[in-house]
Parts: sequence; structure tokens; C-alpha cells
Amino acid sequence: MSLHKLTLFELQKQFKAGEVTATEIVRAYFLRISQVEPKVKAFVTQAKESAFLQAETLDQKLKEWRKTKSLTGMPLAVKDNICTDGVHTTCSSRMLQNFVPPYDATVVAKLRSQEYILLGKTNLDEFAMGSSTENSAFGPSRNPWNVHCVPGGSSGGSAAAVAAEECVAALGSDTGGSIRQPAAFCGVVGLKPTYGRVSRYGLVAFASSLDQIGPITRDVSDAAFLLQAIAGHDPMDSTSVDRSVPDYMKALQKKNLKALKIGVPAEFFTEGLDPDVDQAVRAAIGELKSLGAEIKEISLPSTGAAVAVYYVIATAEASSNLARFDGVKFGFRAKETKDLLELYMKTRQEGFGPEVKRRIMLGTYVLSAGYYDAYYGKAQAVRTLVCQDFAAAFNEVDLIVTPATPTPAFKLGEKSEDPLQMYLSDIFTISVNLAGLPAIALPCGFSKTGLPIGVQLIGRAFEEETMLRAAHAYEQATQWHLKKPMIR
Amino acid sequence: MTYETVIGVEVHAQLRTNSKMFCGCGTTFGLSANSQTCPVCLGLPGSLPVINRTAVEMAVRAGLALNCTIAASNQFARKNYFYPDLPKGYQISQYESPICQHGWIEIRDGSGAKQIRIRRAHLEEDAGKNIHETGTGGSRVDLNRAGTPLLEIVTEPDMGSADEVVAYLKGLREILMYLAVCDGNMEEGSFRCEPNLSLRPSGQKEFGTKVELKNINSFKYVKDAVEYEIKRQTKVLNEGGKIRQETRLWNIERGETAVMRSKEEAHDYRYFPDPDLVPLKLDEEWIEAFRTSLPELPAARTKRFVSDYGLPEYDATILTASKGMADYFEACAKQFNQPKTVSNWVMGELTRELNNSGTDISASLVTPERLVSLLQMVDKETISLKVAREIFPEFYSSGKTPEQIVQEKGLTQVSDEGTLEKIIEEVLSKNPGQVVQFKEGKQQVLGFLVGQVMKASGGKANPGKVNELLKKKLG
Amino acid sequence: MEITQQDVEKVAQLARLAVTPAEKETFAKQLTQILVHVDTLNQYDTTGVEPTATVMGQVNVLREDLARPSLPSNKALANAPEREADGFVVPKILEER
Repeated sequence: MSLHKLTLFELQKQFKAGEVTATEIVRAYFLRISQVEPKVKAFVTQAKESAFLQAETLDQKLKEWRKTKSLTGMPLAVKDNICTDGVHTTCSSRMLQNFVPPYDATVVAKLRSQEYILLGKTNLDEFAMGSSTENSAFGPSRNPWNVHCVPGGSSGGSAAAVAAEECVAALGSDTGGSIRQPAAFCGVVGLKPTYGRVSRYGLVAFASSLDQIGPITRDVSDAAFLLQAIAGHDPMDSTSVDRSVPDYMKALQKKNLKALKIGVPAEFFTEGLDPDVDQAVRAAIGELKSLGAEIKEISLPSTGAAVAVYYVIATAEASSNLARFDGVKFGFRAKETKDLLELYMKTRQEGFGPEVKRRIMLGTYVLSAGYYDAYYGKAQAVRTLVCQDFAAAFNEVDLIVTPATPTPAFKLGEKSEDPLQMYLSDIFTISVNLAGLPAIALPCGFSKTGLPIGVQLIGRAFEEETMLRAAHAYEQATQWHLKKPMIR
Repeated sequence: MTYETVIGVEVHAQLRTNSKMFCGCGTTFGLSANSQTCPVCLGLPGSLPVINRTAVEMAVRAGLALNCTIAASNQFARKNYFYPDLPKGYQISQYESPICQHGWIEIRDGSGAKQIRIRRAHLEEDAGKNIHETGTGGSRVDLNRAGTPLLEIVTEPDMGSADEVVAYLKGLREILMYLAVCDGNMEEGSFRCEPNLSLRPSGQKEFGTKVELKNINSFKYVKDAVEYEIKRQTKVLNEGGKIRQETRLWNIERGETAVMRSKEEAHDYRYFPDPDLVPLKLDEEWIEAFRTSLPELPAARTKRFVSDYGLPEYDATILTASKGMADYFEACAKQFNQPKTVSNWVMGELTRELNNSGTDISASLVTPERLVSLLQMVDKETISLKVAREIFPEFYSSGKTPEQIVQEKGLTQVSDEGTLEKIIEEVLSKNPGQVVQFKEGKQQVLGFLVGQVMKASGGKANPGKVNELLKKKLG
Repeated sequence: MEITQQDVEKVAQLARLAVTPAEKETFAKQLTQILVHVDTLNQYDTTGVEPTATVMGQVNVLREDLARPSLPSNKALANAPEREADGFVVPKILEER
């Protein structure tokens, strides 16, 4: 079997057993990349040279002393809004086209300490703002299941790369669904950890109170495996939580779901939900029930507010987070400006794309004098209601199950002219970020047009184990994850 | 028309931490440009701030010393604006919940004591520095200072004159230096002050239009700038003009304030809670522990120096103006029970030598022990006061004992009666008129005669002995 | 909430973002549309509801006051669009803060 077909877990086993070298793995993956990348366009930067160098060094070292770490020789891709020391980190923005960070994000440092191999940096909607990767300054990525469709976003490049087997697994970031939505669109597994579970240090901030880095993988056990490698407290991130990390792989061992209560929120099954999605997700709920879970109807009454709350809070934070891109210390600078003010105005005009500008405008507006209370203050208060909804629900159930997205992947260009429609497509994933909860999206079927459909499981804060256990049991019972796209 | 001046002051005091407010870079002044920076204080994408514990503790100590209420819960906020020395495009500061509020300090000037209310004191990060000349006609940015912890201390508009502003600033600076939370260096910008000033017709309740003054880096300039501005505004108002709300810079060369080129737009800083930082919750016990461990502050120490040592208020005020000097005085006074004598020496000879050599009292070669040894020699009349003063510069700089110097210079006091009597004879014979006056009952003439004897002995005569012998001689 | 082109201009100035006349028109339309949706938040009664700024409820996350090595200045300046000697260069600054 070709190396690129193996899961992270399988590849690691072969590698540990000495059946394959790191160089062979890297060679196999760059061969695969050269075959499918022209159609998928998942990467912004391919780190071919450094990957081979890393692989050779590892192989050499292992010849002398065969001692491996959890990710030794594993070929991963990293979303291009996560800083990599000495490797371009562009956020798919003209603003950072030539930016080379002088430091590693904490997650990257962790992967490095486990001897992973960086294959490249994956495409995203500029500064992670979007749901389709169409907002990348370097062109959109494509959905491996149908290259006329979007892979979702903003971690579209990571999800497409995993689905197209251009890397064994990848890191993404999720602010309003940016891991889960593309994972669902591309038929792979995407996990957003509890806010504070994984360090944000080195993740180029979009909305600081919502952002979280997580794994995008071929199956649930790979997600658990990669989460294990990146989770944990980081003194460099004040919002990372000082709490011990459980053994996630161990959590997968329990196969039945007896005594597990799973809630189905009525608000997620309303008009606008694609019938194929509705059907697939209901079937998944049935499967969970047959695995022993108790299914309960619940209510999350503030769900309808989530998109509005999100677009106030996320844009307000973003307008401030993106102020540092001013052409002074790093990044793009407009040419031939007559004074400082013009330098700022033109640098930001020419360096940012339309969606980023729109969000900066919105965020600046909602924070400006006279509007703060009506928008930002109100949104923060309604955010509390969203959190309270979940708290009440989790008094009754252990997990919540919903569709990951209202529809399967849409066509390129279909929504790019209508920002509000695009925003509303995040409706099922956003409230999870507002409440800081962990959630996972995994394949649960296909649409009549052959596009993957994802189901989402939401857990209590810091109870990734329960979520992974249920996801794993479901996956093993259904095997949707074994279907692979024909890329053409 | 007569006007009343209303002045409030904003002070930015750099806290004396080892590392910056939100990252581990050092806080050394004067390093080569951009050599004290990291991803956090450069504002690089992806970097995150973490609060410096010591900076919080220093702010709490300062707040307590300024009689402030310490907020049990406080939060950092982002102040959004664009400026080249502000690497993130926002400054992390405190807005709605400052760490210290509603305090006061007492100031003294010629007219007595007055309370100046502190509205708030909050923590924030300093900006970098813009250097306004480059080879290409642009400006250069140095971010070494960016992220240094600052305590911004804002008063109510409680001051009415330049002298009061100076008295307030001196008092505040002393307190911060006493607490060792700020080095008080105005030239290096560790203690920066921005008075704001308005005039109103005497008796009127409403405030006039406020003008802010900047670029003032010494107490002298504070006084000059405020006085200039009062005159300027008075003139404008008397000529029927209007004061514009603006910021004016003090121009040292010209000795006047000039309006700064200001932004057209009104400020809209779009403050909001910094989502990268979590709130501070300071519990009552923790705050109380800081309160009880506060050192004695200058005002209290001044009072104690008057009551415990019987010093004149003037001496007490000068001695307590710096913690180092006050500590030095007390160390001496403990070993030598003549506080006023100690005070005279510390404020006089010692201060003069320290100033001449630019030495801090804590580094003085003349330790309290050495000074006391000198004072004891005078007390025991081994040497005269005059000699002690004479040898002090050498005593200060050489590290020799007083005895060594006295011996080397042949300055040992003359107490031998035979030698003294000889001199006394001479003096009496030269001043027959005074002898007669004394005998007629004019006691104060004795002092004159003692002085003449001392003079004739080249200052070496033991004045006590001379006194005694003279009295005997004159019957 | 109706966002006018004047509003757009004002906000763009605050955000230091030059906008073309066409962008002004588009932004005014799109921001209005989004804010109309945001106004639906008024249906939710939030009297007496505390705002949520951080979700995990942590407090007092502090670091010890220890200085550690900084970046060498050539690394700090490596991404500068324009530099001179050890400084970042910008057009002459005429206005103060």
C-alpha cells in the first residue's frame, strides 16, 4: 500500500518498526503532492528542501540509536497562520507575503520536540476570515471531492491536504468553525479543543477570545493522537488553562456508549438545513443510539443569536488585532507615500483583501464612541446567554450532537458576493466558540451529489475524552472515513 | 479681571522591574536601538502578553502609599491608535477599572499644608521612541522602551499655582522613590509629568478650557512652563480672546510653550477589555499584607524626625527628602546622641562632598560609622570643630582615619595648660578694653576673647580648656 | 441601523484604511445589511446579565519578573520594510500623539 494512504497511527507504527525511513515517507508525500496539488492547491508554501533535510537527519540519527518520539518522521502540514521559525507565515495575505517569523508557535515547538516533519504551510482565508478559502490572496483551494466546490474555510488548505492525502495530518485553527466546517466539507475529522486547552502563542490572532488550534486528521484516533501532542498549559499564553492533559488514546478504548446521554438541540434542525444533511445526521443519531447512548431532545434557545454575537465580538477583536499590520515593523508597505498617515492608509488598503477590510470596518464601527454599548456590550451580554444555554444543557446530557454545517460544500463563487449568507453558513459551529467548548466534526455520509457530510459532537469544557470516545465508536461502527475522493 | 488657575497633573512613572510589563525583555535605559526586544514587545503576529507580577505589586504598593483604594477586580484594556512607536497599534492599559483610585497626598509649601487628590493610578505599557532624524529625512523607531511598565497617576484639578505643582511632583516622586518602585530619573524619562491647566474668572464655578503641557523634564521647567502658561492664558483672556483646547510643548530654548501640531480628528480610542489577558482579582488579605509592609513614607518620617530627634522642621524635611539620606542620618543618630550635630554635618559637609563628587549617599566612603568617629573626636575635644571641618574633604576622599590626618597635618588639639596660658597672656595684653568690660560684668565679651585665643592658636587650641583658663585668669 | 458613506469614511479613517468611492458604497450597503442582522440581538433580554469577556473564568495569570535574553537586533529588524542602522524607518513624523 502506498505510504500516503496510511493514517498517522499506522504510519507511525511502520516507522517505529523500522519498516520505512523518514526519507521514504517524505519522498512518497512530495510525489503525491506533485500529483494532486495542481488540482487541490492546498499549500501556500511547500517546505520540500527542509523536509528532506529533516528526514535525512532523522534517519541518520536513528541509524546510530533507534529511539523515536511520538511524531518522529511524521509528515504534517501546518495552517499558514501559525508561526514557524524561519519558514514563511503569510496568513494568505499580501500583507505578510514575505514575513518570516523569528520564532515558533508553541504548538510548532511541541511538534518539533516530537521530531515531526513540516511538509508545508496550508492555504486559508486571509487571516482566517472566511468559510471557503476563496479569501486567500494566493487563490482558493479546491475540494478534493469536487474541485469546483470549495473545501470550506478558513482551514480549507489543511482539510483539503488531509483529504487529498498530501500530508498525514494537519493543524488548523478554529474561530467560528474554521476547523470543523472544512473538515465536514472535505470528509475528514476536525477537532476544536476547549478554549485554553491548546496554546495560542504564535497563532496569528483573528479573534483572541475565540481562536483555538486543533488537529485535522483522517480519523478520530489520529485526532486524539495529534491533540495529545499539542495540548497543555503554556506560560506564554495567559488564556491557556493550567490543567493536566488526560491520555486521549486511552479514552478511545471504551467501545460502547452505555450510560452516555447525548442531546439533540431542536434549534439545529430547522428550515435551511439541507435534506441530505438532515437525513445523514439523523441516521448518525440513530447509530449513536444503537451503540448504547441515550438520546434526548434539548433546547439551546439562544442559538439564533450566535452569528450576530460572533460577528460583533470577532470583528471587534480582529479590528484591534490587525492594527499591527501598519507597514512599519514587518510585512507589506505601500510604495511612494508622502507622509505617515498616507503610509498607513495605503499600506492597509493595498495589503488587505476585501473580506478582511470589511471585518476591520465592522469591528472598528462597533467599538467606536457611541456604539460600544449597543453593539459590543450587548453582544458580550448575549454571549453570556449562549454560555448559559450550554451550561443548562450539559446538566442533562454529556454530549450534544448536531450537523456540522447546514449544507455540503458549495460551489466556488456561489456565496462570495453575499457576506451575510456566507456568515450564516457558520451557524452550527459558531456558538461552540462563543462558549469555549470542545467539538469535533467527522464524516457521517454523502450527499446525492457525492459530497461529504459531517456530524458535530460538542462536549463539556475539558471533556475532549468523552467526545473522542463517542466519535471513535461511531466511526468504527460506520466506516465513512474510509471513503477517499477521486481527485479530477 | 482676576483669574483663578486650576491645574491637574498626569504623571507617567516607569516601574523599576527587571523585565517588561508583558514579556521577559530587560528594562535597561540607553542600550543600542532595538536590542532589547522580542516577538511580544515588537508586536509580532502571534505573540501574546503575560502580566509581570512585580509590576502589579509595585502598583499596589504605590497606590497604598498614595492613600488609594485598591480595586479588588481589575482588567487590562486596549487603547487603540496608530503611531510608529506603538508596535501593536494599541497600548495595553487600564480604562474602566484602574488598579488604584481615590487617593491623596499632602503637600507643603510656604502657605502650609494642602491635600491633592489622586483620581486614579493605573498600569500600562510604555511606547518606544521615535528619533526624528535619519539620513533620508524620515524618522527612526527604537522599540527598546516599548513595553516597559508604567504607572500613570492622575490628580484631580486641585493645584492653583506652579509652586503647588512642583510641591506635588516632588512629594509624589519622593514617595515612589521611597518605595523603590520608580528611580525618579526625570532626564531619562522615568518620571514624566504633564500638567493640564485652565483659568477661570475668580468666583466662577465652571472650569475654563484646558490646555495640556508636555515635554517637561525637570522641576525647574515645570515651574517655568506653568508660570508661562498662566501668563499667556491671562493675556489671551484679558484681550478678549478664547483659549483653545490643545496640547502645548515646552520649548526650553525659547522659554515658552508652543502648540503642538495635533490631529484634526477627535480621539476615539475604542477601549475594550484585552481578550489576551484575564482579570486580576486582588483579595483583601493580600492587599493588607502590602499595606502593613509599606516603609515609613517621607511625610511621616519628617514628623518623627521633629518629634523624636527634636530637629527643626527645616532639617527634618531636607533629611527625609531621600530615603538614603534619612537612613544615613538615623544610622548616625543611633550611635551619636546629638541629632542636631549629626544633621548639621549630614546636610552641610557631607552633602557638599557628595555633590562635588556626584556620589550617592549610599555609596559614600564616609560611612555613618566613620562620620560618628569624627564627631566623637570633636565631642571629646581631641580635635576642634574647626579642624574637623578643615580635614573633612580629605577624610571624605582618602578613607584615612581622622587621627591619621590630624597627625599628618600636625593639627592635634592643644590642651596643654602651659602653652595655652602663654597664648592667653598675649591675647589679654592686646585687648585691655575687653578685659575691663568683662570685669564690669559684660559676660558676652568672654566669647570674643575665646575666639581670639583660638585664632592665635591656629584653631588648634581646645576651646573648652581655653574657656576654663580665661575665666580663671579674669577672676 | 443605516450606515452612510460618511460613516464608512469616518470608520475607515479610524482604521487607517484608504477606501475608494466604490468601496465606500459597497461597505455602506454591506455593513448596513450585517448590522440589521446584528440588531436582532435586541430581541434577547440581557437586563442584569453579566457580559462575557473570557470564557474559562481564570484570574491572576502572572509571570515572575525575570529578564531573559532578547532577540538580537538584526533578527528583530529582519522583517522591516525599511530600516536604517538599528532602527525601523518611517516617513518623518510631524504630529505628536
